[in-house]
Amino acid sequence: MEVRVQQEDFDVGAEITRMRLARKDTGAVACFVGQVRDLNEGDQVAGMTLEHYPGMTEKALRNIAEEAGRRWDIHDALVIHRVGSLMPADQIVLVIVTGAHRGEAFAACEFIMDYLKTEAPFWKKEQTDSGERWVDAKTSDDQARDRWGQP
Amino acid sequence: MQTIRILYFARLRESLGLSDEAMPLEEPLSVKALMTQLAARGDQWQQEFDGCRPLRAAVNQTLVSNDSMIRAGDEVAFFPPVTGG
Repeated sequence: MEVRVQQEDFDVGAEITRMRLARKDTGAVACFVGQVRDLNEGDQVAGMTLEHYPGMTEKALRNIAEEAGRRWDIHDALVIHRVGSLMPADQIVLVIVTGAHRGEAFAACEFIMDYLKTEAPFWKKEQTDSGERWVDAKTSDDQARDRWGQP
Repeated sequence: MQTIRILYFARLRESLGLSDEAMPLEEPLSVKALMTQLAARGDQWQQEFDGCRPLRAAVNQTLVSNDSMIRAGDEVAFFPPVTGG
């Protein structure tokens, strides 16, 4: 399990290739990429700033990835989350999960994203035509997490 | 003197105009009790800590409920519900 919190962009293809080739008994690689949208709550978004809680962020992401490893039979998981200034269409987050078969890899990947959205200490501040604003958390994200049940 | 460190993030950091502070702590107290003390500072502190706005707390970098206890040397953090991903 590996987590990285960084300002720099990431190379999805290179990360997939590296994880895919790490083990020859890997038969499935599930991947999620999140990117900045130029529209939110009906307003044009010119850019955003991602703030986080250094130390706790890495700890939370590691706990989430390790919990996925306990729940599903997977080979490895990688989580990369960017912080700082981002523009529309920039990549924000990458989750890659490898395993023998697709079912476990898909489920673990989705689980990691659902928990990341509600437990990892990141905060988005958007720049719109009417000024800057902190993005509000969504109850739909809590519901997405809760369907996995308690650890 | 024994102290705790308190961190504020995102909306709280901006509205309070403070990212972190040290506070003396003689006896262990609950997160809720600390929030009541902070609210008593008035103005924006009261607005943020009176329980009306959604707020999360972490002790030593783990999310906790408001009845969790804080002890000397702990790192406490307050922030809005998270919005990453």
